[in-house]
Amino acid sequence: MAGDYKYKPTNGFTRWLDSRLPIWRMVDEQVLNFPTPKNLNYWYTFGGILTLMLGVQIITGIVLAMHYTPHEKLAFDSVERIMRDVNYGWMMRYLHSNGASMFFIAVYIHMFRGLYYGSYKAPREVLWILGVIIYLLMMATAFLGYTLPWGQMSFWGATVITNFFSAIPFVGEAITQWLWGSFAVDNSTLQRFFSLHYLLPFVIAGVVILHIWALHVPGNNNPLGIDVRGPQDTVAFHPYYTVKDGFAIAVFLLLFFYFVFFNPNYLGHTDNYIPANPLVTPAHIVPEWYFLPFYAILRSVPDKLMGVILMFGSIFVLFFLPWLDTSRVRSAAFRPIYRQAFWIFVVVCLGLGWVGAQTTDYKIFDLGPKTDVVEQIVEKAKADNVTGQALEAVRTQAEEQNRRAFDATDLGRILTILYFAFFLIAIPLIGVVETPKALPRSISEAVLAHGGSSQPARPQGAHA
Amino acid sequence: MAHAHDDADVTRRDFIYVAASGMTAAGAVATAIPFIDQMNPARDTLALATTEVDLASVTPGQSITVMWRKKPVFVRRRTPEEIKAAQDVPVDALPDPQADSARVQSGKEEWLVVLANCTHLGCVPDKGNKGEFGGWLCPCHGSHYDTSGRIRKGPAPLNLAVPEFRFISDTKIVIGEAPAPAATTTEGA
Repeated sequence: MAGDYKYKPTNGFTRWLDSRLPIWRMVDEQVLNFPTPKNLNYWYTFGGILTLMLGVQIITGIVLAMHYTPHEKLAFDSVERIMRDVNYGWMMRYLHSNGASMFFIAVYIHMFRGLYYGSYKAPREVLWILGVIIYLLMMATAFLGYTLPWGQMSFWGATVITNFFSAIPFVGEAITQWLWGSFAVDNSTLQRFFSLHYLLPFVIAGVVILHIWALHVPGNNNPLGIDVRGPQDTVAFHPYYTVKDGFAIAVFLLLFFYFVFFNPNYLGHTDNYIPANPLVTPAHIVPEWYFLPFYAILRSVPDKLMGVILMFGSIFVLFFLPWLDTSRVRSAAFRPIYRQAFWIFVVVCLGLGWVGAQTTDYKIFDLGPKTDVVEQIVEKAKADNVTGQALEAVRTQAEEQNRRAFDATDLGRILTILYFAFFLIAIPLIGVVETPKALPRSISEAVLAHGGSSQPARPQGAHA
Repeated sequence: MAHAHDDADVTRRDFIYVAASGMTAAGAVATAIPFIDQMNPARDTLALATTEVDLASVTPGQSITVMWRKKPVFVRRRTPEEIKAAQDVPVDALPDPQADSARVQSGKEEWLVVLANCTHLGCVPDKGNKGEFGGWLCPCHGSHYDTSGRIRKGPAPLNLAVPEFRFISDTKIVIGEAPAPAATTTEGA
């Protein structure tokens, strides 16, 4: 795709530079004049938004590191000093903490976009896998960063998550102590978490370069999911998509700045404004919202090791997605059954997120009294010669106290099964049984059929 | 291999390639060891190995929390009913079968010393809420422990660990030291 257009240096200096360091050739061929399908819709702007958010996180993070002290006795106070005394420190911190949430909103939309339009299918498997690696690195970075303010949620979040590794048979305890550098989460842990939290964003930036490289070999997928046939199907990235991405970024920043300036602690937990205390666990510990679906999967399994395996498995299954899908049609716009499965899957993920935020015994439906238990109590009362109204009172009280309920854990179990069923049953099976709709012959034809003029600058979304 | 006509295939240069890459790999592994081991607990951390606890002020039924190796430890003076409840449970029916006698020191059954980190994911069980079995309830994921600190219900796989500890007098213990040889039936965690 990129092969058709070739950069030509226009003057003496660019000719001289091009034969020594062809950097402007790369910018021109891979960015400015990169041939991009002309039908990309706004769901395709999140790659640009994510690049921006990585930049925001790195810049605000470098600033915060100038004022932050990674020490168990000083960390909490140094964050409060940033909030109160450092010039614009409050803004840097709120940009960074809300920026993490925005980064995850964008990455989830970006991933669901790929899932809907089949962007993981051949020839883009490596592109997808690199994306999953970036996502895992993002989760690690976010977790490490959340530890740094050294509040109660920081401390206990770090304790719970590092304890995942204690589920590993035989070497679990040795591994957790190695991670902590101690017998529990303490100063050694905080210092190494700070070091790694500073490192990982640059690793992400490196993998992002590979991700974009892997994107530019086959070129973008598009809402129709069909291949680009020639120059009539594409427009230059600049100005068409620089402007489109720019507009999407501006809208996205509105949401970001709403949180930063008007509701900066909405996505956080008040418990994290209490300094870390290794003696007291907060009554209701929950991770940040972007981890809630995985937390729900962990809690829905009664066995510790299996819970941890399923939780990690729910992410690792994404690596195998390109080979689990048996359909050769990419876009869900032409796959009537898959499209329904996709929307069910979206609801399942949101449902898991809701379950993760509840306490495990949160009652959703009341299923009436446990009759066997109630009968036992009544029989016992009868044996004690309780009769008449007193017996009825015993029964009523027993029925009130012993009730079955459909609680958050039950819902979590159903949703966990549906989550894995989507990848392991629905996706392989639908590709076999489904009859896709007829695909358009080319992007250009489909765009023009929707009433576009001969102007090539009108990207057209699919019916999504 | 040793026949003369094979010498053209396996040259001395091949040997050098294999030997050099082998040594490089060995060097890489040797270099990795210090870089991995530096993350293990340092010597000053290991030096915080024992904690002395004065038991004189603990009344029956009361539980105190002390720090040992940066971890909280529950020291609980059990009431006779609690001891009986712990001893009367059929051991086979427990998720992590262990008799109460294996978790306390004989003659000192009153004193239960257990690590206060839930064996699920490390939260500190609530002292105010004793759960369904009279011991502790972990607020994070709902594990119930009994009056011997054994897991009875919930996601935690193991009993609360019993650290090594030694009575240095009737009202003082040292956590982190093996019990005196005279104490017969005790076992560390």
